[in-house]
Amino acid sequence: MTRFAKPIVFALCLLPLAWLAHKGWTAGFGAHPQEYVNRFLGDWALRFLLLALAVTPLRQIGDWPQLARFRRMIGLYAFFYVVLHVSSYVVATHFFDWAAIWKDIVKRNYITVGMAVFVMLLPLAATSTAAMVKRLGAARWKKLHRLVYLAGIGGVFHFFMMVKLDWREPLLYAVLLAFLLGYRAFKRLRRA
Amino acid sequence: MLIKHVRANDPSSSEITPRSVFADRRRLLKAAAAAGVWALAPAAASAAKPARGEPIPNVVKWPKSLPEMPTAYDLATTYNNFYEFGFDKDDPARHSSKFKPRPWTVKVEGHAEKTGTFDLDDLIKPHQLEERVYRFRCVEAWSMVVPWVGVPLGDVLKKFGPTAKAKYVAFQTVLRPEEMPGQRLALLKWPYVEGLRLDEAMHPLALLTVGMYGELLPNQNGAPLRLMLPWKYGFKSIKSIVRIAFVENQPPTSWNIATPSEYGFYSNVNPRVDHPRWTQATERRLGDPFFSPRRPTPMFNGYADEVAHLYAGMDLAKLY
Repeated sequence: MTRFAKPIVFALCLLPLAWLAHKGWTAGFGAHPQEYVNRFLGDWALRFLLLALAVTPLRQIGDWPQLARFRRMIGLYAFFYVVLHVSSYVVATHFFDWAAIWKDIVKRNYITVGMAVFVMLLPLAATSTAAMVKRLGAARWKKLHRLVYLAGIGGVFHFFMMVKLDWREPLLYAVLLAFLLGYRAFKRLRRA
Repeated sequence: MLIKHVRANDPSSSEITPRSVFADRRRLLKAAAAAGVWALAPAAASAAKPARGEPIPNVVKWPKSLPEMPTAYDLATTYNNFYEFGFDKDDPARHSSKFKPRPWTVKVEGHAEKTGTFDLDDLIKPHQLEERVYRFRCVEAWSMVVPWVGVPLGDVLKKFGPTAKAKYVAFQTVLRPEEMPGQRLALLKWPYVEGLRLDEAMHPLALLTVGMYGELLPNQNGAPLRLMLPWKYGFKSIKSIVRIAFVENQPPTSWNIATPSEYGFYSNVNPRVDHPRWTQATERRLGDPFFSPRRPTPMFNGYADEVAHLYAGMDLAKLY
């Protein structure tokens, strides 16, 4: 069974993308397809980022050591959906209008923060291989990968700032993130 | 004997486009451009057909309508900002079926010779209904082209005889939380209110609207009575109006109450005044191909020749 666990999780993580393709093929993306695709990919990028941050707390609270095997995969899937989200912004939202994109990044806070999160995740994805862990050394690797906490905060802020009025969904993510980071802070304080 | 010599660059008969394809070339080009093989997807053919409304008789075509093709009916009626019915774009179409737009009365108050409560039909009937194809630009940087049916707002307002004290006109949307689920959440202050300077309200482009696409307004588009102010961002064109008041001072407006730094009283379409959330220099026209450049937004949404004089001498960066 455990032999198949990784491929199964791998396939499950692709489901949102498969669903998006299916909807596009059968029903279309509605009146404003560029916005629909961008929002959908952004939603899942944030969900996977929070899921990656949930692996360690779930493993420790649920006494479920096998979960650790999926942390890298889920983290990389978060990066994968972030890349798709950013790509849809460049290609569909702005159709390669680099001047407009640059203006957006500089002027609009939620896009500034969103792009910062994307940039933060780049070195984490690049150093995700076993060889890179070895090269960096476990201690330095761990230190670097704490950036993901900041990326998580940035991701939730990005959503919060983007919303015009209905802050209920970003608030839900903020509560989840507060729990995931609060758990770590609590453990650290107790150890100290 | 006639012998036709086939030259290298003559089209072979298999290359000649069938008439049906030629006639539909714009749509096909758009679909093909949308992304290669995706043009063949069933989605392109089987868009859900929404129920259509009641046709409106005796409408004359306004001669100054835009020459552009109107946005598809199913796009204009399923992608709406009408927070009274919910906060997502598809909520108004999904959650407005319980709303009863008739019978309908409008209360007219304030500095005017004639005030009182009027039946909707009595307000509209004395005037010739016109179909006007206007550009519609949302502050969220998407746009559409819609054939609205209505009467000039100014003609209706004049009948009430506004007095010298009437400097502004305030409008109010109906408050029916039992029929409008969005009103059960106090994210905006209900009821929705909007306002215009009297000269803006009297402008011949301001349309008191009862229909679109030749039919009565669907609930999700502001039935049975809304404004259409094509040179302003969409949220100024208040929907489901139950109250019109002639007032002396600038009336409060809903989005300005919610976020004053983002939404001003005037809210004229202005590509040069940027919004903190969206670039206003360009827009996404609903129905354009998935992969396509955005369209530039013209000053006053393309109605500058008609309305610019209303704002002469005003600093539009400050009075946004």
